Amino acid sequence: MFAYIVRRLALMLVTLVGISIIIFVLLRIVPGNIVDILFDAAGFVDPADKANLEKELGLSQPIIVQYLQWIGGLLHGDLGYSYVSEKPALQEILPRIPITARLAGLALLFSASIGIPLGVISAVHQGTRLDYALRVLSLSGLSLPSFWLGLLILMASVSLFGTMPIFNPNPQTWAEAFAIYAVPAAAVGFRSAALTMRITRSSMLEILRQDFIRTARAKGASERSVNYRHALKNAILPVITVIGIEAAFLIGGLIVTETVFNIPGVARFLVEAIRWRDYPIVQNLVMFIAVVVVVTNFTVDMLYAAIDPRIRYGD
Amino acid sequence: MSAINYDSELKRAGANATRGWRRLTFLAQRYVLGTIGLFIMVIFVWTALSADLIARFDPLSVDSAHRLASPDARHWLGTDSFGRDVWSRIIHGARISLAVGIGSTALGASIGVLIGLASGYLSGWVDLIFQRITDILQALPLLVLALVMSAALGPSLPNTIIAIAIPLIPTVSRVIRANTLALRELPFVEAAKSIGMSESRIAFRHVLPNTMAPLIVLATAQLGSTILTEASLSFLGLGIPEPYPSWGRMLSESAAEYVRVAPWLVIFPGVAISLAVFGTNLFGDALRDILDPRQRG
Repeated sequence: MFAYIVRRLALMLVTLVGISIIIFVLLRIVPGNIVDILFDAAGFVDPADKANLEKELGLSQPIIVQYLQWIGGLLHGDLGYSYVSEKPALQEILPRIPITARLAGLALLFSASIGIPLGVISAVHQGTRLDYALRVLSLSGLSLPSFWLGLLILMASVSLFGTMPIFNPNPQTWAEAFAIYAVPAAAVGFRSAALTMRITRSSMLEILRQDFIRTARAKGASERSVNYRHALKNAILPVITVIGIEAAFLIGGLIVTETVFNIPGVARFLVEAIRWRDYPIVQNLVMFIAVVVVVTNFTVDMLYAAIDPRIRYGD
Repeated sequence: MSAINYDSELKRAGANATRGWRRLTFLAQRYVLGTIGLFIMVIFVWTALSADLIARFDPLSVDSAHRLASPDARHWLGTDSFGRDVWSRIIHGARISLAVGIGSTALGASIGVLIGLASGYLSGWVDLIFQRITDILQALPLLVLALVMSAALGPSLPNTIIAIAIPLIPTVSRVIRANTLALRELPFVEAAKSIGMSESRIAFRHVLPNTMAPLIVLATAQLGSTILTEASLSFLGLGIPEPYPSWGRMLSESAAEYVRVAPWLVIFPGVAISLAVFGTNLFGDALRDILDPRQRG
């Protein structure tokens, strides 16, 4: 087990270094850097000024030197300065993380609390109309773009209340906090609820066919106890994997949803930074996302071993 | 106990519907949802192919006299802030969605197949390197990687296709690799080796065809997700550039402002995206049940 964990950690490190190189190079093959954008906007180009600014931002150095400076800084907790706001990147990124984390947490909660029960119901009633309806519902959940769902919610809010929810970092009332966080979270979580439901259903179907379920029924356990205590307990493992992977990949949905609802979280910030070619922000944010994904994957695998005694790593 | 009617049981199991038209009607009855999905996909492809015939206006022509017109007999789905006909733009948008969907799925799947085959069949250090690259690509959410890629490449149709195809590679290569590893140990590969067949011939002529079923299932499943990713990228302004009528782009044009004044600008492009993706998802599910019975749920 110990050897396995060490090996996994080493592989995580290799992956993260690989990502840092890919992101760094990708961002620098972009035609035109921030200096070009600024000078285009100003309408005139004085080559000397431009060269000065490039030098000041460290863009004139060879790409390897730039990379090593970034990684060196990263290891000291120095993420560089945003080109746009000229503030330290860390100061720009940190306050936005809790907002996105709250949205992601709520979205996952939504996804698990809707997806798992509906998946169980769908599996128990396999082949019935209810099952069909739920399957169509979950497929439509996978088909609706979450930004469109967000826009529809805004539209409904306009026609019902005559106004749209506007983000306020310090909600005053419970209802306001709900509108600010829970509604966008539901728009993001709808897709992962659909996914959770699908996985729960197919995992449950597999378990329900097994002998110990028949035994449980034979000894007179109630339908409810068979479905939820005997079957779901054994079917939950793949569901946890999916929720774990979704936790990290939720960022895709959050990017568009934060844009629609105008929420100043890290996900929307990434898009803004990409548009502005604000390299220090983009590369650090992407690294942050990669760390979250890699650590989540690792945690899910460890959780596996903790939940299911049959799983042992590295023996 | 009632007697078993063997004829009707056999008919229900499709025993006499083994080929041709009979087989198709049997499958259509058995997989109703899949048939609906196929129907939606056929309409989608047909719309894309004959967009010039179906559209009533030029999707790019600006008409300042009819800005933000609500749906009526002339403009079935209304017009946008430039007075462009929404119906015509959605019809032409099918071309872009289809081009990106098929283009990036085909590109991502073919690279993924080559990598997966090489990785599984050659193993050793080739496998090790490809596996690490796969790890790296999989550690970033699809949309994040596609965003950075399309920012790096610049907004255009081919670049959007590439930006969406790259994140697909690891998914495909993982599946093909796992299949290849299993197939490599089977007797027919050993037989091929024993009669002196070259490694590359075995890989392409014997192993590859046997990975086709999972590949087709996977590619169909990915088709919907590529269409969604293109819509998201264009919505964020980093996919298909103006003035091309991409469905995602149509929603991005400060859609939140139009929620109040021009709801048709928000509703219809979204319906188009959802329907296209829904159709491919329905069809993909049925295809998985037919081609890959082990995964049947």
